[in-house]
Amino acid sequence: MQRNGLITSPIRSLRSRQYHDHAMTILIYSTACLALLPLIAILWSTISHGSTRFDWYFLTHNMKGVVGGLYPYGGVLNAILGTLLITITATLISVPIGLFTAIYMVEYAHGGVISTMISFLVDVMSGIPSIVAGLFAYALFSFFFGPGCINGFVGAVALSILMIPTVIRSCEQMLDIVPRDLREASYALGATKSRTIINIVLRSSLPGIVSGVLLAIARVIGETAPLLIASGSVSFTNLNLFNGRMSSLPVYVYNQYAEGMAVCSASARAAVHPCIPGIRMERAWAAALVLILIVLFLNLIGRFISHRFSVSHL
Amino acid sequence: MGQGLEVINENIYYGAFHAVENVTMSIHKNAITALIGPSGCGKSTFLRTLNRMHEVTPKAYCTGEVLLDGVNLYGKDINLVDVRRQIGMVFQKANPFPTMSIRDNVLAGIRLNHKRLSKTEADDLVEWALQGANLWNEVRDKLSSPGIALSGGQQQRLCIARAVAMHPSVLLMDEPTSALDPISTLAIEDLITELKKEFTIVIVTHNMQQAARCSDYTGFFNVQGNGKPSHLVEFNQTEQLFSNPLQRETDDYISGHFG
Ligand SMILES: Nc1ncnc2c1ncn2[C@@H]1O[C@H](COP(=O)(O)OP(=O)(O)OP(=O)(O)O)[C@@H](O)[C@H]1O
Ligand SMILES: [Mg+2]
Repeated sequence: MQRNGLITSPIRSLRSRQYHDHAMTILIYSTACLALLPLIAILWSTISHGSTRFDWYFLTHNMKGVVGGLYPYGGVLNAILGTLLITITATLISVPIGLFTAIYMVEYAHGGVISTMISFLVDVMSGIPSIVAGLFAYALFSFFFGPGCINGFVGAVALSILMIPTVIRSCEQMLDIVPRDLREASYALGATKSRTIINIVLRSSLPGIVSGVLLAIARVIGETAPLLIASGSVSFTNLNLFNGRMSSLPVYVYNQYAEGMAVCSASARAAVHPCIPGIRMERAWAAALVLILIVLFLNLIGRFISHRFSVSHL
Repeated sequence: MGQGLEVINENIYYGAFHAVENVTMSIHKNAITALIGPSGCGKSTFLRTLNRMHEVTPKAYCTGEVLLDGVNLYGKDINLVDVRRQIGMVFQKANPFPTMSIRDNVLAGIRLNHKRLSKTEADDLVEWALQGANLWNEVRDKLSSPGIALSGGQQQRLCIARAVAMHPSVLLMDEPTSALDPISTLAIEDLITELKKEFTIVIVTHNMQQAARCSDYTGFFNVQGNGKPSHLVEFNQTEQLFSNPLQRETDDYISGHFG
Protein backbone atom coordinates (compact mmCIF):
# COMPACT_ATOMS: atom_id res chain seq x y z
CA MET A 1 0.00 0.00 0.00
CA GLN A 2 2.58 2.42 1.20
CA ARG A 3 4.84 1.65 -1.71
CA ASN A 4 2.08 1.74 -4.23
CA GLY A 5 1.03 5.14 -2.96
CA LEU A 6 4.53 6.44 -3.25
CA ILE A 7 4.80 5.44 -6.88
CA THR A 8 1.40 6.43 -8.14
CA SER A 9 0.79 9.65 -6.32
CA PRO A 10 3.57 11.71 -7.92
CA ILE A 11 2.39 10.68 -11.37
CA ARG A 12 -1.18 11.56 -10.68
CA SER A 13 -0.23 14.85 -9.14
CA LEU A 14 2.01 15.58 -12.11
CA ARG A 15 -0.90 15.02 -14.48
CA SER A 16 -3.26 17.09 -12.46
CA ARG A 17 -0.65 19.82 -12.19
CA GLN A 18 -0.20 19.84 -15.95
CA TYR A 19 -3.95 20.00 -16.35
CA HIS A 20 -4.11 22.92 -13.95
CA ASP A 21 -1.29 24.61 -15.75
CA HIS A 22 -3.11 24.35 -19.09
CA ALA A 23 -6.36 25.57 -17.60
CA MET A 24 -4.57 28.53 -16.03
CA THR A 25 -2.85 29.41 -19.30
CA ILE A 26 -6.11 29.37 -21.23
CA LEU A 27 -7.84 31.43 -18.55
CA ILE A 28 -5.08 34.03 -18.53
CA TYR A 29 -4.96 34.34 -22.30
CA SER A 30 -8.70 34.68 -22.68
CA THR A 31 -8.88 37.26 -19.89
CA ALA A 32 -6.13 39.26 -21.54
CA CYS A 33 -8.02 39.19 -24.84
CA LEU A 34 -11.19 40.25 -23.05
CA ALA A 35 -9.35 43.22 -21.56
CA LEU A 36 -8.06 44.22 -24.98
CA LEU A 37 -11.50 43.98 -26.59
CA PRO A 38 -12.82 47.41 -25.54
CA LEU A 39 -9.61 49.07 -26.70
CA ILE A 40 -9.79 47.46 -30.10
CA ALA A 41 -13.50 48.28 -30.41
CA ILE A 42 -12.90 51.92 -29.47
CA LEU A 43 -10.01 52.28 -31.88
CA TRP A 44 -11.99 50.63 -34.63
CA SER A 45 -15.11 52.72 -34.28
CA THR A 46 -13.14 55.96 -33.92
CA ILE A 47 -11.13 55.25 -37.01
CA SER A 48 -14.05 54.10 -39.11
CA HIS A 49 -16.34 56.97 -38.08
CA GLY A 50 -13.63 59.57 -37.85
CA SER A 51 -12.00 58.97 -41.21
CA THR A 52 -15.02 60.38 -43.11
CA ARG A 53 -14.17 63.94 -42.20
CA PHE A 54 -10.51 63.48 -41.23
CA ASP A 55 -8.52 65.24 -43.95
CA TRP A 56 -6.10 68.10 -44.48
CA TYR A 57 -8.91 70.62 -44.87
CA PHE A 58 -10.42 69.56 -41.54
CA LEU A 59 -7.07 69.83 -39.74
CA THR A 60 -6.26 73.28 -41.12
CA HIS A 61 -9.54 75.18 -40.76
CA ASN A 62 -11.48 76.50 -37.82
CA MET A 63 -15.23 76.87 -37.34
CA LYS A 64 -15.52 80.55 -38.18
CA GLY A 65 -18.55 81.29 -40.35
CA VAL A 66 -19.67 77.69 -40.49
CA VAL A 67 -23.45 77.41 -40.65
CA GLY A 68 -25.33 74.17 -40.08
CA GLY A 69 -24.44 71.47 -42.57
CA LEU A 70 -23.61 73.97 -45.32
CA TYR A 71 -20.33 74.46 -47.11
CA PRO A 72 -17.68 75.50 -45.88
CA TYR A 73 -17.68 72.46 -43.66
CA GLY A 74 -15.28 73.82 -41.03
CA GLY A 75 -12.48 72.15 -39.17
CA VAL A 76 -10.77 71.47 -35.91
CA LEU A 77 -7.72 73.73 -36.03
CA ASN A 78 -8.99 76.04 -33.28
CA ALA A 79 -9.51 73.05 -30.98
CA ILE A 80 -6.17 71.42 -31.78
CA LEU A 81 -4.21 74.58 -31.08
CA GLY A 82 -6.30 75.28 -27.98
CA THR A 83 -5.69 71.80 -26.60
CA LEU A 84 -1.96 72.07 -27.27
CA LEU A 85 -1.69 75.50 -25.62
CA ILE A 86 -3.78 74.57 -22.60
CA THR A 87 -2.04 71.25 -22.06
CA ILE A 88 1.45 72.66 -22.47
CA THR A 89 0.61 75.42 -19.99
CA ALA A 90 -0.83 72.88 -17.56
CA THR A 91 2.38 70.85 -17.91
CA LEU A 92 4.55 73.91 -17.32
CA ILE A 93 2.61 74.58 -14.14
CA SER A 94 2.49 71.03 -12.79
CA VAL A 95 5.94 69.69 -13.59
CA PRO A 96 7.95 72.15 -11.47
CA ILE A 97 5.48 71.92 -8.58
CA GLY A 98 5.26 68.14 -8.83
CA LEU A 99 8.97 67.58 -9.29
CA PHE A 100 10.03 69.86 -6.45
CA THR A 101 7.47 68.32 -4.13
CA ALA A 102 8.74 64.86 -5.05
CA ILE A 103 12.35 65.94 -4.48
CA TYR A 104 11.38 67.34 -1.11
CA MET A 105 9.58 64.15 -0.16
CA VAL A 106 12.33 61.77 -1.26
CA GLU A 107 15.49 63.70 -0.55
CA TYR A 108 14.73 66.07 2.30
CA ALA A 109 11.76 64.93 4.39
CA HIS A 110 12.73 61.70 6.04
CA GLY A 111 9.21 60.62 6.90
CA GLY A 112 8.41 63.60 9.12
CA VAL A 113 5.01 65.02 9.95
CA ILE A 114 5.03 67.38 6.98
CA SER A 115 5.78 64.65 4.46
CA THR A 116 3.06 62.42 5.89
CA MET A 117 0.66 65.33 5.55
CA ILE A 118 1.71 66.09 1.98
CA SER A 119 1.41 62.44 1.09
CA PHE A 120 -2.13 62.37 2.50
CA LEU A 121 -3.09 65.55 0.65
CA VAL A 122 -1.73 64.18 -2.61
CA ASP A 123 -3.90 61.10 -2.17
CA VAL A 124 -6.94 63.27 -1.53
CA MET A 125 -6.07 65.52 -4.45
CA SER A 126 -5.81 62.64 -6.89
CA GLY A 127 -9.39 61.76 -5.99
CA ILE A 128 -10.83 65.18 -6.85
CA PRO A 129 -13.53 64.85 -9.54
CA SER A 130 -12.37 66.70 -12.63
CA ILE A 131 -15.48 68.88 -12.82
CA VAL A 132 -14.80 70.10 -9.29
CA ALA A 133 -11.31 71.12 -10.37
CA GLY A 134 -12.87 73.07 -13.24
CA LEU A 135 -15.38 74.79 -10.99
CA PHE A 136 -12.66 75.62 -8.50
CA ALA A 137 -10.37 77.18 -11.13
CA TYR A 138 -13.31 79.15 -12.52
CA ALA A 139 -14.34 80.40 -9.08
CA LEU A 140 -10.76 81.27 -8.18
CA PHE A 141 -10.24 83.44 -11.26
CA SER A 142 -13.69 84.97 -11.05
CA PHE A 143 -12.88 86.01 -7.52
CA PHE A 144 -9.79 87.91 -8.61
CA PHE A 145 -10.71 89.09 -12.10
CA GLY A 146 -14.46 89.49 -11.89
CA PRO A 147 -17.24 87.07 -12.84
CA GLY A 148 -17.13 85.29 -16.16
CA CYS A 149 -13.39 85.02 -16.38
CA ILE A 150 -13.16 82.16 -18.84
CA ASN A 151 -10.02 81.60 -20.84
CA GLY A 152 -7.33 79.10 -21.76
CA PHE A 153 -5.25 79.80 -18.70
CA VAL A 154 -8.09 79.06 -16.29
CA GLY A 155 -8.51 75.73 -18.06
CA ALA A 156 -4.79 75.06 -17.76
CA VAL A 157 -4.96 75.71 -14.02
CA ALA A 158 -7.89 73.30 -13.73
CA LEU A 159 -5.94 70.63 -15.63
CA SER A 160 -2.83 71.15 -13.53
CA ILE A 161 -4.86 70.53 -10.38
CA LEU A 162 -5.60 67.13 -11.88
CA MET A 163 -2.04 66.59 -13.09
CA ILE A 164 -0.03 67.55 -10.04
CA PRO A 165 -0.79 64.48 -7.91
CA THR A 166 0.06 62.14 -10.79
CA VAL A 167 3.31 63.95 -11.46
CA ILE A 168 4.26 63.92 -7.77
CA ARG A 169 3.62 60.21 -7.46
CA SER A 170 5.48 59.21 -10.59
CA CYS A 171 8.45 61.47 -9.84
CA GLU A 172 8.60 60.12 -6.31
CA GLN A 173 8.74 56.59 -7.64
CA MET A 174 11.45 57.46 -10.11
CA LEU A 175 13.60 59.22 -7.51
CA ASP A 176 13.07 56.41 -5.05
CA ILE A 177 14.55 53.78 -7.32
CA VAL A 178 17.83 55.63 -7.75
CA PRO A 179 20.14 53.48 -5.61
CA ARG A 180 21.52 54.93 -2.35
CA ASP A 181 24.97 53.86 -3.52
CA LEU A 182 25.03 56.50 -6.22
CA ARG A 183 24.17 59.29 -3.80
CA GLU A 184 26.88 58.07 -1.44
CA ALA A 185 29.42 57.83 -4.26
CA SER A 186 28.66 61.43 -5.12
CA TYR A 187 28.91 62.65 -1.52
CA ALA A 188 32.17 60.76 -1.13
CA LEU A 189 33.58 62.73 -4.06
CA GLY A 190 32.82 65.90 -2.15
CA ALA A 191 29.68 66.88 -4.03
CA THR A 192 27.09 68.91 -2.17
CA LYS A 193 23.57 67.66 -1.69
CA SER A 194 22.07 69.93 -4.34
CA ARG A 195 24.75 68.98 -6.86
CA THR A 196 24.16 65.33 -6.10
CA ILE A 197 20.43 65.70 -6.62
CA ILE A 198 20.80 67.57 -9.89
CA ASN A 199 23.72 65.74 -11.48
CA ILE A 200 23.28 62.24 -10.18
CA VAL A 201 19.75 61.62 -8.93
CA LEU A 202 17.77 63.66 -11.45
CA ARG A 203 20.06 62.69 -14.28
CA SER A 204 19.63 58.98 -13.55
CA SER A 205 15.88 59.24 -13.21
CA LEU A 206 15.28 61.65 -16.08
CA PRO A 207 13.93 59.09 -18.58
CA GLY A 208 11.47 57.81 -16.01
CA ILE A 209 10.38 61.31 -15.08
CA VAL A 210 9.86 62.35 -18.70
CA SER A 211 7.81 59.29 -19.54
CA GLY A 212 5.82 59.70 -16.32
CA VAL A 213 5.02 63.29 -17.25
CA LEU A 214 4.00 62.29 -20.78
CA LEU A 215 1.64 59.68 -19.40
CA ALA A 216 0.20 62.27 -17.01
CA ILE A 217 -0.39 64.61 -19.96
CA ALA A 218 -2.06 61.81 -21.87
CA ARG A 219 -4.42 61.35 -18.93
CA VAL A 220 -5.58 64.95 -18.70
CA ILE A 221 -5.57 65.89 -22.38
CA GLY A 222 -8.98 64.29 -22.84
CA GLU A 223 -10.59 65.97 -19.83
CA THR A 224 -13.82 67.62 -20.94
CA ALA A 225 -15.74 68.78 -17.92
CA PRO A 226 -13.17 71.20 -16.43
CA LEU A 227 -12.49 72.83 -19.80
CA LEU A 228 -16.18 73.15 -20.58
CA ILE A 229 -16.44 75.32 -17.48
CA ALA A 230 -13.08 77.04 -17.40
CA SER A 231 -12.14 77.57 -21.06
CA GLY A 232 -15.39 77.27 -22.97
CA SER A 233 -15.27 77.21 -26.74
CA VAL A 234 -15.13 79.64 -29.62
CA SER A 235 -15.42 79.25 -33.37
CA PHE A 236 -12.27 81.10 -34.39
CA THR A 237 -8.68 80.28 -33.54
CA ASN A 238 -7.79 82.05 -30.30
CA LEU A 239 -4.09 81.84 -29.47
CA ASN A 240 -4.21 84.12 -26.44
CA LEU A 241 -4.41 82.10 -23.26
CA PHE A 242 -5.37 85.11 -21.19
CA ASN A 243 -8.05 86.67 -23.32
CA GLY A 244 -11.36 85.09 -24.14
CA ARG A 245 -12.62 81.59 -24.55
CA MET A 246 -10.45 78.92 -26.08
CA SER A 247 -11.60 75.72 -27.76
CA SER A 248 -10.14 72.34 -27.02
CA LEU A 249 -10.60 68.94 -28.62
CA PRO A 250 -12.77 67.29 -25.99
CA VAL A 251 -15.05 70.32 -25.68
CA TYR A 252 -15.22 70.49 -29.48
CA VAL A 253 -16.31 66.85 -29.60
CA TYR A 254 -18.92 67.46 -26.95
CA ASN A 255 -20.32 70.59 -28.61
CA GLN A 256 -20.57 68.97 -32.02
CA TYR A 257 -22.31 66.00 -30.50
CA ALA A 258 -24.66 68.19 -28.46
CA GLU A 259 -25.81 70.28 -31.43
CA GLY A 260 -27.13 67.20 -33.18
CA MET A 261 -28.38 66.92 -36.78
CA ALA A 262 -28.29 69.89 -39.15
CA VAL A 263 -31.35 70.93 -41.13
CA CYS A 264 -30.82 70.76 -44.90
CA SER A 265 -33.32 71.81 -47.56
CA ALA A 266 -33.70 69.63 -50.67
CA SER A 267 -32.02 72.25 -52.89
CA ALA A 268 -29.09 72.59 -50.51
CA ARG A 269 -28.62 68.84 -50.59
CA ALA A 270 -28.37 68.91 -54.34
CA ALA A 271 -25.78 71.75 -54.47
CA VAL A 272 -22.21 71.24 -55.75
CA HIS A 273 -21.02 71.29 -52.13
CA PRO A 274 -24.03 69.59 -50.63
CA CYS A 275 -25.47 70.33 -47.22
CA ILE A 276 -24.67 67.34 -44.95
CA PRO A 277 -27.22 66.69 -42.18
CA GLY A 278 -24.94 64.43 -40.11
CA ILE A 279 -21.88 66.62 -40.42
CA ARG A 280 -21.67 67.46 -36.72
CA MET A 281 -21.37 63.81 -35.76
CA GLU A 282 -18.73 63.40 -38.46
CA ARG A 283 -16.79 66.32 -37.02
CA ALA A 284 -17.14 64.93 -33.50
CA TRP A 285 -15.70 61.58 -34.56
CA ALA A 286 -12.91 63.14 -36.60
CA ALA A 287 -11.94 65.35 -33.65
CA ALA A 288 -12.07 62.30 -31.41
CA LEU A 289 -9.72 60.58 -33.82
CA VAL A 290 -7.29 63.51 -33.59
CA LEU A 291 -7.45 63.31 -29.81
CA ILE A 292 -6.83 59.57 -29.75
CA LEU A 293 -3.92 59.95 -32.15
CA ILE A 294 -2.33 62.58 -29.88
CA VAL A 295 -2.78 60.34 -26.83
CA LEU A 296 -1.33 57.32 -28.62
CA PHE A 297 1.58 59.41 -29.82
CA LEU A 298 2.31 60.66 -26.28
CA ASN A 299 2.12 57.12 -24.95
CA LEU A 300 4.47 55.84 -27.60
CA ILE A 301 6.99 58.61 -26.99
CA GLY A 302 6.77 58.02 -23.23
CA ARG A 303 7.42 54.34 -23.65
CA PHE A 304 10.18 54.89 -26.16
CA ILE A 305 11.99 57.31 -23.87
CA SER A 306 11.73 55.13 -20.81
CA HIS A 307 12.85 52.13 -22.82
CA ARG A 308 15.61 53.68 -24.85
CA PHE A 309 17.19 55.95 -22.27
CA SER A 310 16.58 54.09 -19.05
CA VAL A 311 19.78 53.31 -17.26
CA SER A 312 19.39 49.56 -17.17
CA HIS A 313 19.28 49.41 -20.96
CA LEU A 314 22.55 51.19 -21.51
CA MET B 1 51.93 61.92 -0.97
CA GLY B 2 49.83 60.35 1.72
CA GLN B 3 49.08 61.94 5.02
CA GLY B 4 48.61 60.31 8.38
CA LEU B 5 45.38 60.25 10.37
CA GLU B 6 45.12 60.48 14.12
CA VAL B 7 41.91 59.34 15.76
CA ILE B 8 41.47 60.49 19.34
CA ASN B 9 38.76 59.32 21.72
CA GLU B 10 36.14 58.85 19.08
CA ASN B 11 32.62 57.78 20.02
CA ILE B 12 30.15 57.04 17.25
CA TYR B 13 26.38 57.12 17.48
CA TYR B 14 23.32 56.36 15.37
CA GLY B 15 20.78 58.53 17.15
CA ALA B 16 20.49 57.05 20.64
CA PHE B 17 22.44 53.92 19.70
CA HIS B 18 26.07 54.05 20.76
CA ALA B 19 27.74 52.06 17.99
CA VAL B 20 31.46 52.44 18.60
CA GLU B 21 33.18 53.43 21.81
CA ASN B 22 36.29 55.36 22.53
CA VAL B 23 38.59 54.64 19.61
CA THR B 24 42.10 56.02 19.62
CA MET B 25 44.29 55.01 16.71
CA SER B 26 47.17 56.29 14.57
CA ILE B 27 46.90 55.63 10.89
CA HIS B 28 50.37 55.88 9.40
CA LYS B 29 50.99 57.66 6.18
CA ASN B 30 51.81 55.66 3.05
CA ALA B 31 50.92 52.45 4.77
CA ILE B 32 48.00 50.08 4.52
CA THR B 33 45.89 49.80 7.61
CA ALA B 34 43.41 46.93 7.72
CA LEU B 35 40.36 46.87 9.96
CA ILE B 36 39.04 43.44 10.87
CA GLY B 37 36.39 42.07 13.19
CA PRO B 38 33.13 40.14 13.20
CA SER B 39 30.11 41.35 11.26
CA GLY B 40 28.30 44.25 12.88
CA CYS B 41 31.25 45.33 15.01
CA GLY B 42 31.31 48.80 13.48
CA LYS B 43 34.16 48.61 10.97
CA SER B 44 32.19 50.37 8.25
CA THR B 45 30.77 52.82 10.75
CA PHE B 46 34.24 53.74 11.97
CA LEU B 47 35.64 53.98 8.45
CA ARG B 48 32.89 56.36 7.42
CA THR B 49 33.71 58.76 10.21
CA LEU B 50 37.18 59.21 8.71
CA ASN B 51 35.84 61.25 5.78
CA ARG B 52 32.69 62.46 7.48
CA MET B 53 30.42 60.19 5.46
CA HIS B 54 28.91 58.92 8.70
CA GLU B 55 26.88 62.08 9.14
CA VAL B 56 25.13 61.52 5.79
CA THR B 57 22.93 59.02 7.65
CA PRO B 58 20.09 60.89 9.36
CA LYS B 59 20.64 61.39 13.10
CA ALA B 60 24.12 59.87 13.00
CA TYR B 61 26.96 61.73 14.69
CA CYS B 62 30.25 61.23 16.46
CA THR B 63 32.37 62.90 19.09
CA GLY B 64 36.12 63.07 19.48
CA GLU B 65 38.77 64.15 17.03
CA VAL B 66 40.13 62.96 13.74
CA LEU B 67 43.32 64.76 12.79
CA LEU B 68 44.62 64.83 9.24
CA ASP B 69 48.19 66.04 9.49
CA GLY B 70 47.27 67.73 12.73
CA VAL B 71 44.06 69.40 11.53
CA ASN B 72 40.83 68.27 13.15
CA LEU B 73 38.38 67.18 10.43
CA TYR B 74 35.53 67.91 12.81
CA GLY B 75 36.86 71.36 13.62
CA LYS B 76 34.72 74.45 13.36
CA ASP B 77 35.77 76.00 10.08
CA ILE B 78 36.42 72.79 8.17
CA ASN B 79 34.85 72.49 4.75
CA LEU B 80 33.17 69.14 4.31
CA VAL B 81 33.87 69.20 0.59
CA ASP B 82 37.61 69.57 1.23
CA VAL B 83 37.58 66.70 3.68
CA ARG B 84 35.98 64.34 1.21
CA ARG B 85 38.21 65.51 -1.59
CA GLN B 86 41.30 64.78 0.45
CA ILE B 87 40.02 61.51 1.81
CA GLY B 88 38.56 59.38 -0.95
CA MET B 89 36.33 56.38 -0.54
CA VAL B 90 35.71 53.11 -2.37
CA PHE B 91 32.61 51.13 -1.50
CA GLN B 92 31.89 47.45 -1.07
CA LYS B 93 29.66 47.31 -4.12
CA ALA B 94 31.15 48.93 -7.20
CA ASN B 95 29.00 51.97 -7.90
CA PRO B 96 30.04 53.72 -11.11
CA PHE B 97 27.54 56.37 -12.23
CA PRO B 98 25.28 54.51 -14.68
CA THR B 99 24.56 57.52 -16.88
CA MET B 100 28.22 58.30 -17.45
CA SER B 101 30.88 56.90 -19.73
CA ILE B 102 34.09 55.45 -18.36
CA ARG B 103 35.84 58.74 -19.00
CA ASP B 104 33.09 60.80 -17.38
CA ASN B 105 33.10 58.52 -14.37
CA VAL B 106 36.77 59.22 -13.80
CA LEU B 107 36.14 62.95 -14.17
CA ALA B 108 32.95 62.91 -12.09
CA GLY B 109 34.60 64.17 -8.91
CA ILE B 110 36.12 67.14 -10.71
CA ARG B 111 32.92 68.01 -12.50
CA LEU B 112 30.71 67.60 -9.44
CA ASN B 113 32.91 70.15 -7.73
CA HIS B 114 32.54 72.72 -10.50
CA LYS B 115 36.12 72.49 -11.65
CA ARG B 116 36.87 73.18 -15.28
CA LEU B 117 39.57 71.28 -17.10
CA SER B 118 40.87 71.77 -20.60
CA LYS B 119 40.50 68.82 -22.94
CA THR B 120 44.15 67.83 -22.65
CA GLU B 121 44.19 68.22 -18.89
CA ALA B 122 41.13 66.01 -18.70
CA ASP B 123 42.69 63.44 -21.04
CA ASP B 124 45.86 63.36 -18.99
CA LEU B 125 43.95 63.01 -15.74
CA VAL B 126 41.81 60.19 -17.13
CA GLU B 127 44.85 58.30 -18.35
CA TRP B 128 46.78 58.87 -15.14
CA ALA B 129 43.92 57.77 -12.89
CA LEU B 130 43.10 54.73 -14.99
CA GLN B 131 46.78 53.77 -15.10
CA GLY B 132 46.85 54.18 -11.35
CA ALA B 133 43.88 51.88 -11.00
CA ASN B 134 45.49 49.41 -13.37
CA LEU B 135 42.58 49.63 -15.79
CA TRP B 136 44.00 51.76 -18.59
CA ASN B 137 45.07 48.93 -20.88
CA GLU B 138 41.68 47.28 -20.71
CA VAL B 139 39.58 50.35 -21.44
CA ARG B 140 41.79 52.74 -23.42
CA ASP B 141 39.86 52.00 -26.62
CA LYS B 142 36.39 52.37 -25.15
CA LEU B 143 36.55 55.36 -22.88
CA SER B 144 33.21 56.61 -24.12
CA SER B 145 31.28 53.42 -23.46
CA PRO B 146 29.18 53.32 -20.30
CA GLY B 147 30.93 52.57 -17.03
CA ILE B 148 28.44 49.92 -16.02
CA ALA B 149 29.18 47.89 -19.14
CA LEU B 150 32.40 46.70 -17.48
CA SER B 151 32.84 43.52 -15.45
CA GLY B 152 32.44 43.67 -11.68
CA GLY B 153 36.19 43.74 -11.05
CA GLN B 154 36.74 46.38 -13.73
CA GLN B 155 33.90 48.46 -12.28
CA GLN B 156 35.55 48.34 -8.87
CA ARG B 157 38.84 49.48 -10.39
CA LEU B 158 36.95 52.23 -12.20
CA CYS B 159 35.62 53.37 -8.83
CA ILE B 160 39.18 53.34 -7.50
CA ALA B 161 40.24 55.44 -10.50
CA ARG B 162 37.39 57.84 -9.80
CA ALA B 163 38.60 58.26 -6.22
CA VAL B 164 42.26 58.47 -7.28
CA ALA B 165 41.48 61.20 -9.84
CA MET B 166 40.70 63.58 -6.98
CA HIS B 167 44.34 63.34 -5.83
CA PRO B 168 43.36 62.40 -2.30
CA SER B 169 45.95 61.84 0.37
CA VAL B 170 43.98 59.04 2.03
CA LEU B 171 41.92 56.29 0.41
CA LEU B 172 39.27 54.49 2.46
CA MET B 173 38.05 51.14 1.17
CA ASP B 174 35.12 49.23 2.62
CA GLU B 175 35.45 45.57 1.67
CA PRO B 176 36.42 46.49 -1.88
CA THR B 177 36.87 42.88 -2.98
CA SER B 178 34.07 41.08 -1.18
CA ALA B 179 31.89 40.97 -4.29
CA LEU B 180 34.70 39.85 -6.58
CA ASP B 181 36.16 36.57 -7.79
CA PRO B 182 39.64 35.47 -6.58
CA ILE B 183 41.46 36.72 -9.70
CA SER B 184 39.94 40.20 -9.55
CA THR B 185 40.58 40.20 -5.81
CA LEU B 186 44.27 39.54 -6.34
CA ALA B 187 44.40 42.22 -9.02
CA ILE B 188 42.95 44.73 -6.59
CA GLU B 189 45.23 43.62 -3.75
CA ASP B 190 48.24 44.15 -6.01
CA LEU B 191 46.83 47.52 -6.96
CA ILE B 192 46.40 48.54 -3.34
CA THR B 193 49.99 47.60 -2.56
CA GLU B 194 51.01 49.73 -5.51
CA LEU B 195 48.79 52.63 -4.44
CA LYS B 196 50.31 52.95 -0.98
CA LYS B 197 53.32 54.68 -2.51
CA GLU B 198 51.09 57.66 -3.13
CA PHE B 199 48.25 57.33 -0.69
CA THR B 200 47.53 56.31 2.84
CA ILE B 201 45.15 53.39 2.70
CA VAL B 202 42.60 52.15 5.19
CA ILE B 203 40.84 48.97 4.19
CA VAL B 204 38.01 47.11 5.89
CA THR B 205 38.05 43.43 5.20
CA HIS B 206 36.27 40.28 6.27
CA ASN B 207 39.07 38.23 4.93
CA MET B 208 41.88 37.79 7.40
CA GLN B 209 44.24 36.32 4.85
CA GLN B 210 43.75 39.50 2.89
CA ALA B 211 44.60 41.61 5.89
CA ALA B 212 47.64 39.47 6.61
CA ARG B 213 48.72 39.48 2.96
CA CYS B 214 48.64 43.12 2.14
CA SER B 215 48.40 45.34 5.19
CA ASP B 216 51.10 46.92 7.31
CA TYR B 217 48.94 47.65 10.33
CA THR B 218 45.82 45.92 11.55
CA GLY B 219 43.10 47.01 13.92
CA PHE B 220 40.75 44.48 15.46
CA PHE B 221 37.27 45.63 16.45
CA ASN B 222 34.92 43.58 18.56
CA VAL B 223 31.55 43.94 20.19
CA GLN B 224 30.84 42.65 23.68
CA GLY B 225 27.20 41.84 23.27
CA ASN B 226 24.00 42.83 21.58
CA GLY B 227 23.22 46.53 21.84
CA LYS B 228 26.57 47.29 23.44
CA PRO B 229 29.00 49.61 21.72
CA SER B 230 31.93 47.95 20.04
CA HIS B 231 35.50 49.01 20.56
CA LEU B 232 38.98 48.73 19.16
CA VAL B 233 40.44 45.71 20.90
CA GLU B 234 43.93 45.82 19.51
CA PHE B 235 45.90 47.83 17.02
CA ASN B 236 49.38 46.83 15.96
CA GLN B 237 51.68 46.05 13.10
CA THR B 238 50.06 43.31 11.08
CA GLU B 239 52.83 40.75 11.70
CA GLN B 240 52.72 41.38 15.41
CA LEU B 241 48.97 41.22 15.63
CA PHE B 242 48.69 37.97 13.76
CA SER B 243 51.72 36.17 15.17
CA ASN B 244 51.68 37.49 18.67
CA PRO B 245 48.41 39.15 19.68
CA LEU B 246 48.46 40.92 23.01
CA GLN B 247 44.80 40.36 23.80
CA ARG B 248 43.07 37.08 24.47
CA GLU B 249 40.06 38.28 22.37
CA THR B 250 42.23 38.90 19.34
CA ASP B 251 43.85 35.52 19.68
CA ASP B 252 40.47 33.78 19.85
CA TYR B 253 39.19 35.59 16.81
CA ILE B 254 42.28 34.99 14.71
CA SER B 255 42.77 31.36 15.66
CA GLY B 256 39.07 30.71 15.27
CA HIS B 257 39.39 31.72 11.67
CA PHE B 258 42.73 30.25 10.89
CA GLY B 259 42.33 27.17 13.06
N1 LIG C 1 22.13 53.34 9.38
C1 LIG C 1 22.21 52.76 10.59
N2 LIG C 1 21.33 53.09 11.55
C2 LIG C 1 21.40 52.51 12.77
N3 LIG C 1 22.30 51.59 13.11
C3 LIG C 1 23.20 51.21 12.20
C4 LIG C 1 23.20 51.77 10.88
N4 LIG C 1 24.19 51.21 10.18
C5 LIG C 1 24.79 50.33 11.01
N5 LIG C 1 24.20 50.33 12.23
C6 LIG C 1 24.59 49.52 13.41
O1 LIG C 1 25.91 49.84 13.76
C7 LIG C 1 26.63 48.66 14.10
C8 LIG C 1 27.88 48.57 13.25
O2 LIG C 1 27.53 48.36 11.91
P1 LIG C 1 28.59 48.34 10.73
O3 LIG C 1 27.86 48.34 9.45
O4 LIG C 1 29.56 49.42 10.96
O5 LIG C 1 29.28 46.92 10.97
P2 LIG C 1 30.44 46.25 10.13
O6 LIG C 1 31.53 45.92 11.07
O7 LIG C 1 30.78 47.05 8.95
O8 LIG C 1 29.74 44.90 9.70
P3 LIG C 1 29.94 44.08 8.34
O9 LIG C 1 31.23 43.38 8.49
O10 LIG C 1 28.80 43.13 8.35
O11 LIG C 1 29.91 45.05 7.21
C9 LIG C 1 25.68 47.50 13.92
O12 LIG C 1 25.17 47.14 15.18
C10 LIG C 1 24.59 48.05 13.06
O13 LIG C 1 23.37 47.46 13.39
MG1 LIG D 1 30.56 46.83 6.79
